[in-house]
Amino acid sequence: MPTQPADQNSWKNLLKRPKRGVPEGLWRRCPGCQATIFRKEAEKRLGVCPECDYHWYVPARQRIEQVLDEGTFEEWDADLEPADPLEFVDKIPYTQRLQEEQKRTGLREAAVVGTGTIRGRRVAFGVTDSAFIMGSMGSVVGEKLTRAVERAMRQQLPLIIVSGSGGGARMHEGILSLMQMAKVSAALARFDDAGGLFISVLTNPTMGGVAASFASLGDVVFAEPRALVGFAGPRTIMATIRIELPKGFQTSEFLLEHGFIDRIVRRQDLQSELARTIDYCGK
Amino acid sequence: MAGSDHRLSFERPIYELEARLEKLGAKAGQTPEIQGEIRRLRRELVETTKRIYGNLKPWETVEVARHPDRPMTTDYLELVFGEFVELHGDKCFGDDRAIRTGWSKLDALKVLVVGHQKGKTLKERNLCNYGYAHPEGYRKAMAKMRLAAKFHMPVVCLIDTGGAYPGIGAEERGQAQVIAESMFEMSRLPTPIVCVVIGEGGSGGALGIGVGDRVAMLEHAYYSVISPEGCAGILWKSHSFKERAAESLKMTSKDLVRLGVIDAVISEPLGGAHRDHHLMASRLKLFLRGTIRELIGKPIDQLLADRYEKFRRMGVFFEGGRLNGQDQQEASRQVPSHTVPHSISHRLQELSK
Repeated sequence: MPTQPADQNSWKNLLKRPKRGVPEGLWRRCPGCQATIFRKEAEKRLGVCPECDYHWYVPARQRIEQVLDEGTFEEWDADLEPADPLEFVDKIPYTQRLQEEQKRTGLREAAVVGTGTIRGRRVAFGVTDSAFIMGSMGSVVGEKLTRAVERAMRQQLPLIIVSGSGGGARMHEGILSLMQMAKVSAALARFDDAGGLFISVLTNPTMGGVAASFASLGDVVFAEPRALVGFAGPRTIMATIRIELPKGFQTSEFLLEHGFIDRIVRRQDLQSELARTIDYCGK
Repeated sequence: MAGSDHRLSFERPIYELEARLEKLGAKAGQTPEIQGEIRRLRRELVETTKRIYGNLKPWETVEVARHPDRPMTTDYLELVFGEFVELHGDKCFGDDRAIRTGWSKLDALKVLVVGHQKGKTLKERNLCNYGYAHPEGYRKAMAKMRLAAKFHMPVVCLIDTGGAYPGIGAEERGQAQVIAESMFEMSRLPTPIVCVVIGEGGSGGALGIGVGDRVAMLEHAYYSVISPEGCAGILWKSHSFKERAAESLKMTSKDLVRLGVIDAVISEPLGGAHRDHHLMASRLKLFLRGTIRELIGKPIDQLLADRYEKFRRMGVFFEGGRLNGQDQQEASRQVPSHTVPHSISHRLQELSK
């Protein structure tokens, strides 16, 4: 029991007092409409807000479960791990940042690739997780995706990449990250020459070097509703042109209107839309 | 080289010596002592310039690469190539003046030149948006490159941009899409492509015309995933860390050769390309002549296979605890000594535990 008088520092104590009532993690605030949503309810809807239809962030593993048939996913190149070729240090060393991100996300890198089936159709599947250093592309992400493209070509599989990256090309690996854009794009060009089908799915956010490489190169490009998609970040643009950006700028809807994506696909429909596209493009 | 009076702070000893020389040279009735002094100062000027330019810090390299007197695409068009028949427009939206495209002649050889143009006067700079291209610029470049391939002309790309323009119109017209497509198309374009970073190699804006059979750089150019200011703003939340960012990003020609991104470095005249356009142009010409001759001798299939391999190899990562599939000794032999080994041996030790 505190020995000091009850009124002393009481406001501080009040702030420190743990909140009672709702157990941790049972509810979530929707980033779209700020409503408090029962987590179970949202999970049932694949991480889509039942109030405003906002599509929440979905971790890579969960995305695989959502899109591929249960238990069919076999991961490729799981043993690729990032190095630190520039010995990059910002506020903390890159190696330390990597370890922290790995611990926090449970992933070795921002991309997970492999194969599985979508309603019985075998596909090569890749996903980038926007939580791992902003889903940015360094050497490992570039290499994993390139290998996935090459495998899809050898095994004659349709290729699907779901991208989520606010970071684009990863600064911590410098020019090597930039070169991954060319590397993956070159692989996709070969895949294209070989007649392969590539479906790119854009999720919130897909920016910079990721948007400016594989994510924009799909034979068919899907985007989740209201995802932020673009080349330069809104803050960079604002700093350059110094005027307010129009409402809805760089959203999926904006891109659809300007002719850069084929379809806006809600998460609940993604699996069936992918299956249907594969069927249309299949032999 | 005559031009703007743009001054770089680290060049101050050079300016001081130049001023003293000018003063002495202007004196009438030169005595042997004064002539001796002039000779001495000239030697000192050369030594000082060598010393300064031999030890440029990464940020200073950026300043040299951005020097307004540095030769630009239009200078090289005049000094390297016989003529320039400009081809305008992307046949879709407009004619971006930040990227110039057209037929040209290198000796007797017909080539297509694609190059960023930053502009020299304020009026020209505004017209070509300081070298920050819009989607129509890259679309134009792509279209003309396809044309070159159709008529078996090699392509020369001169890269000099701070980046692709970040603006509303650029986004509306698909900046990301068009850069992706450029790389996609260039990687399989059936004609030789030689790219040279002549000044700034700013991120996607540079890479958008930067996928080729040979990628070279002028000695004091830089090539980076992001501008040092941009990197400092994001990682350190302040532009005042730009020097540190420039160092961390390993963006100089020396670093990029070590990282396996650049095939050749074209050395600059003493004190930078801005001091002698003619000498710089003749060195560039020599490089282009040799490289293109070598490339046009190759069968197209071989050319494209080699181009693919060139980019396919890029990147550094661990696989099953080994660096890019090599063993550790091989790795430390192949990978530049000061860029990798420490962290790698550290990580390898950790992995083997």
